[in-house]
Amino acid sequence: MDALDRVVKPKTKRAKRFLEKREPKLSENIKNAMLIKGGNANLTVTQVLRDVYALKKPYGVLYKKKNITRPFEDQTSLEFFSKKSDCSLFMFGSHNKKRPNNLVIGRMYDYHVLDMIELGIEKFVSLKDIKNSKCPEGTKPMLIFAGDEFDVTEDYRRLKNLLIDFFRGPTVPNIRLAGLDYVLHFTALNGKIYFRSYKLLLKKSGCRTPRIELEEMGPSLDLVVRRTHLASDDLYKLSMKMPKALKPKKRKNISQDTFGTTYGRIHMQKQDLSKLQTRKMKGLKKRPAERITEDQENKPKRIKNN
Amino acid sequence: MEGQSVEELLAKAERDEAEKLQRITVHKELELEFDLGNLLASDRNPPTALRRAGSAPEAELRALARDNTQLLINQLWQLPTERVEEALVAHLPEPATRLPREKPLPRPRPLTRWQQFARLKGIRPRKKTNLVWDEVSGQWRRRWGYQRARDDTKEWLIEVPGGADPLEDQFAKRLQAKKERVAKNELNRLRNLARAHKMQLPSAAGLHPTGHQDRDELGRAMQVAKVSTASVGRFQERLPKEKAPRGSGKKRKFQPLFGDFAAEKKNQLELLRVMNSKKPQLDVTKATNKQMREEDQEAAARRRKMSQKGKRKGGRQGPGGKRKGGPPSQGGKRKGGLGGKANPRPSGPGGKRKGGQHPGGKRRK
Repeated sequence: MDALDRVVKPKTKRAKRFLEKREPKLSENIKNAMLIKGGNANLTVTQVLRDVYALKKPYGVLYKKKNITRPFEDQTSLEFFSKKSDCSLFMFGSHNKKRPNNLVIGRMYDYHVLDMIELGIEKFVSLKDIKNSKCPEGTKPMLIFAGDEFDVTEDYRRLKNLLIDFFRGPTVPNIRLAGLDYVLHFTALNGKIYFRSYKLLLKKSGCRTPRIELEEMGPSLDLVVRRTHLASDDLYKLSMKMPKALKPKKRKNISQDTFGTTYGRIHMQKQDLSKLQTRKMKGLKKRPAERITEDQENKPKRIKNN
Repeated sequence: MEGQSVEELLAKAERDEAEKLQRITVHKELELEFDLGNLLASDRNPPTALRRAGSAPEAELRALARDNTQLLINQLWQLPTERVEEALVAHLPEPATRLPREKPLPRPRPLTRWQQFARLKGIRPRKKTNLVWDEVSGQWRRRWGYQRARDDTKEWLIEVPGGADPLEDQFAKRLQAKKERVAKNELNRLRNLARAHKMQLPSAAGLHPTGHQDRDELGRAMQVAKVSTASVGRFQERLPKEKAPRGSGKKRKFQPLFGDFAAEKKNQLELLRVMNSKKPQLDVTKATNKQMREEDQEAAARRRKMSQKGKRKGGRQGPGGKRKGGPPSQGGKRKGGLGGKANPRPSGPGGKRKGGQHPGGKRRK
């Protein structure tokens, strides 16, 4: 529904802009993340949420108050928050005896929960515990996934997709090479996922490409996959649907051979070769006298046959 | 001597290059997969070194991260770059990883009543200026909205028109007219909106009495009301000239179980004969009807194309354009021959039909 298609039209330009920002579009906005504390969140979990908020600024919202909900049982309050703050990614932290240091990371489609994966935090080193310089907020991170386990099971594949979606940042056409600041490295090993973030130091090497040295900067987490709530295949397919306008256009009737010459194909209708327009040679033009003699030649033949 | 020194020089140059590249080369068994649009790299190699490290894998993790990052940076540095305001900027490709959307695709809105009419007539919006000169106030004012140029409700002197009641309040009359116009506009907007939503949910549209239903909605509502009796509409009376509704009645007709024995015997023997015969049977009626329908569709598609081409040439109607205000024989169903057409149809494969009907084929609707 457009802002102009509502029963109650917006009365101010500001309200109209607000509604237009939230309506579905062909090429979408950058996804916002909301970071929520559960009813019994402890210090570790709160600190994790704050660190992730620092990584995701300004595309994130950190809720200060505790919200007593259970995402895996009842998703309505998450959906309500998502609608109010227009956030499609969320992270929910809680702690109880059965699931200590619990972190639920998930995403929404059309303000309904699409995927949710529950991770347990085994070890956590915060941003403030590592004493070195940090990178400015709002930079686009580099993402690296190591380990063959990320492609084996469907759970791990969705988790990889979810983590890319969460930490990706804005999609830009150009990037300043000197501004590549930090890298998030995810390793899957023995059922655990090691999440480390390093600051990038570009050192001189002999050639144009610099040599990389890494310095541990940010939050480092050791995670374990607990429960998952993944979307059904058809809902997932529906959410992945790309509009026709954004699909890459095929260029038809153009081909290249091995030498690099480009060939094009033109389709023509059948030509009547007798009516083809050729160059006019004035000397060969039939003079009226000649044409009359030709006719006279043709006519006697007909009389003879009769 | 010189040959040797040239060779030596070349070898030395190669060694130098190898040394230079040594600082940035990383050896991996399996190549990484890169998605440079997202600044993403996936390493599929099994992490054997990490498994050996055991409990404190920090150093190993950092080494692995450094290698992977080096490879990613190598790829990024090979992208086409340009200089934008003293900064070296690389041009990233489109992101290759497919990620789900956050909201569903926007649905195309159906056209409003005015837009349909304008499309039919080929009317295009004319560009209007924002400000209009207002004689009364002697300044440029906006065309509509707050403090607009020609606001007839704001006049301080109105002459009583010739045939009007001298005791009538002309100012109140103008205000009333404005209110009516605003209300009518709002009504039309809501009706357009309802029509747009009806396209998306056509089921229970006209069944509630709103006072603003159109003809088909009322007809459908009446039919539904007729059938909603205990005897499913069998004993409902009809008006003298009212026709029975189309489409109601049994959808399949079955023969009674035992009736005409001679006809049954004939049908069964005919069936056996058809099954046994080697040559395929041709149902002339069906074949001719199919052919006629195909020709109709082709002609309709051609007419639409011609009308589209006509529209593109500045809104003028082409030779085959559809005209709603044209001669009445064009609209509605065609009965019998086609001699009633006013505009010349492009004669394609249907050219032979202009004289009369097909031999042996019945025109079934």
